[in-house]
Amino acid sequence: MTAIKNGIQSVTGFFSTRPGKIAFYVVLALFTLLMPVYFQSVGNAFMVRIFALVGIYVLLALGLNIVVGYAGLLNLGYIAFYAVGAYAGMNLGFLMQELLMGLGFLGEKPENWSYWALLPFAAVPGAVAGIMIGGPVLRLRGDYLAIVTLGFGEIVRIAITNNIGGITNGASGLPAIGQRVAPVAGQEWARLNLSSGNFIFSKDLYWYYIIVALVLFAVLVITRLDNSRLGRAWVAMREDEVAAASVGVNILTTKLWAFALGAAWGGIAGHTYAYWVGFISPESFNFMESVLVVCMVVLGGMGSIPGTILGAVIITAAPEVIRAMAASPAFSGILTAEQASLVGDYRFLIFGGLMVVMMAIRPQGILPSKRRARELHPVDEKVLAQENQQLWEAEHKHNTDSDIL
Amino acid sequence: MSVEFGIIGQQLVNGLTLGGMYALLALGYTLVYGILLMINFAHAEMFMFGAYVGLFTLQGLSRIEFFTSSGPALLLLYVLTFLIAMVVTGILGVIIERFAYRPLRHAPRLAPLISAIGVSLFLQNAALLWISSRSIPFPVLFEVRTFRIAGANISSMQILIIVTTILLMLVLDTFVSRTRLGRAMRATSQDRDAAGLMGVDINRVIALTFFIGPALGGAAGIFSGMYYGNIKYNMGFIPGIKSFTAAVIGGIGNLRGAMLGGFLLGLLESLAAAYISTGYKDVIAFAILIVVLIFKPGGLLGESVAEKV
Repeated sequence: MTAIKNGIQSVTGFFSTRPGKIAFYVVLALFTLLMPVYFQSVGNAFMVRIFALVGIYVLLALGLNIVVGYAGLLNLGYIAFYAVGAYAGMNLGFLMQELLMGLGFLGEKPENWSYWALLPFAAVPGAVAGIMIGGPVLRLRGDYLAIVTLGFGEIVRIAITNNIGGITNGASGLPAIGQRVAPVAGQEWARLNLSSGNFIFSKDLYWYYIIVALVLFAVLVITRLDNSRLGRAWVAMREDEVAAASVGVNILTTKLWAFALGAAWGGIAGHTYAYWVGFISPESFNFMESVLVVCMVVLGGMGSIPGTILGAVIITAAPEVIRAMAASPAFSGILTAEQASLVGDYRFLIFGGLMVVMMAIRPQGILPSKRRARELHPVDEKVLAQENQQLWEAEHKHNTDSDIL
Repeated sequence: MSVEFGIIGQQLVNGLTLGGMYALLALGYTLVYGILLMINFAHAEMFMFGAYVGLFTLQGLSRIEFFTSSGPALLLLYVLTFLIAMVVTGILGVIIERFAYRPLRHAPRLAPLISAIGVSLFLQNAALLWISSRSIPFPVLFEVRTFRIAGANISSMQILIIVTTILLMLVLDTFVSRTRLGRAMRATSQDRDAAGLMGVDINRVIALTFFIGPALGGAAGIFSGMYYGNIKYNMGFIPGIKSFTAAVIGGIGNLRGAMLGGFLLGLLESLAAAYISTGYKDVIAFAILIVVLIFKPGGLLGESVAEKV
């Protein structure tokens, strides 16, 4: 046991030194950037898609982490913002296309508006949806907020299924027959110029790099937010709303900012997903997705960016990786294909159990933020007793002093 | 004119039936919230679990010829089915409390909520994987008669559900307000620590709460199976959130509020389905919830609970 412990300690010790940290980040960056190229070159397009999907969920989890991790507001309908972003971007794209065609700018070959041009139009409706739902309900206490956001998520999904305003095409999804999503700029160029031999610089690979860039941007923005005045206000509010309010934090606007900024990232993720996959339907935005994103944040560690990313990677990739591994000849002896698909089927069951166990033994998550860890750990009875003892002694001493006086 | 009234009357009866189920389920939410101040997200799964246990009990017992031989024996069969399903669901509730919630009693409030979502995921997928992913028909062993009263069709099933629901509520209300254990429950809900100092066994009261709530939820699940004719692994989700909504509308922590909220929500939903749109039927509950929370955050009967911090 001690040998193992010492081994682990020396490894973690190495990674906490400066060269160790640099080595770790270099390896991580190389892995992130080159693994999909490797998979593409061996013709495993499926794994490339998994990498891109993980990226989308990392974006979503980072967005939700603002709301749940920083501001401490449990949002169980987060996927609604993902849906709003996806549908807003697509609809505006089609609208612009028709407008331009009507004005005669586009000739015979109708082109949709590009992903980049519409990105703000996905983020802003997401944020607006966040403010719209946040405004009236943010005065509610934590649990009520959770249930109202859950309700809101369901309302959005039902509205989409019922083809609200005639823009969502109901359960059959977008784009409707005859409509087409524009390819993202540079994709065709990359395919022609960066492919060589068997290696094709595919659409999925190109999107993967766009998503990685977005994740890096999100990490940058959210880290800056965390260290800003607003970020400190979020933490203060999360720890004690009354105390925060009494030192001048405007609770309502601070909460609204958290909702709006979190929702904006949801919108961006939705838009990116829609343009990457080229198809969206209400089924992709059900309550389970919201729960999964919450799981990612909780499993990784609320309020911690590396933790959130790790949580998203584990939850999105684990079942797929296990399934893919079982299919590969190298692992055929360990897991049969049936066992592997069973793991895929059981993942929600496992997640459910994991959430319970996690909350009981490590409520702060795998890679917790230091401050959040202290907050989330159950009050230790021994520590409490000790503190009470000290308090009693202090009071007692005070009393005897006053007797003498 | 009589046709118009017929539709309203029909929707009122349908609404009362639906509302009865919501109310029974809402009681479980409100009981747990009143004592532990947590949303027991897994409670919706008690509805599902109760329905499954009820189905299996009914299937098992109806093999014994005696139970299907005569009217009174059939009644006995149903009474037994309900009792067994309620007890088994109640025991499941106690087990969940013991292993998922008790270790978190001193943790911040987000922790048990997430734990509860985990339990809910677990149970739902256990039913999906180990029983069936499809809906299973729920047999009705007695002849359902339909009465025509004032232009509305009222089935004997609806009457049975409404009467049994009200009966169960009366029993619960008497238990909580008249018995020693009920008084212990009320004391614990007012101030857990103080009740403990007065000699109330807190753990026992909480376990009892987690027995009663799921037992009532399980009964509601069987009603749902009998009424709609089939059950499914995810049948608890929508009624679950709606019942929580009902509990909040009535004033969470307040038993009579949960009953009122449940019936109110059932009635409003039936009327809305008839007069507004069936596609948006499920939206009504959430819309009402948001409106009630904005204008009366304590709920309709929840004045006394709102002060609890």
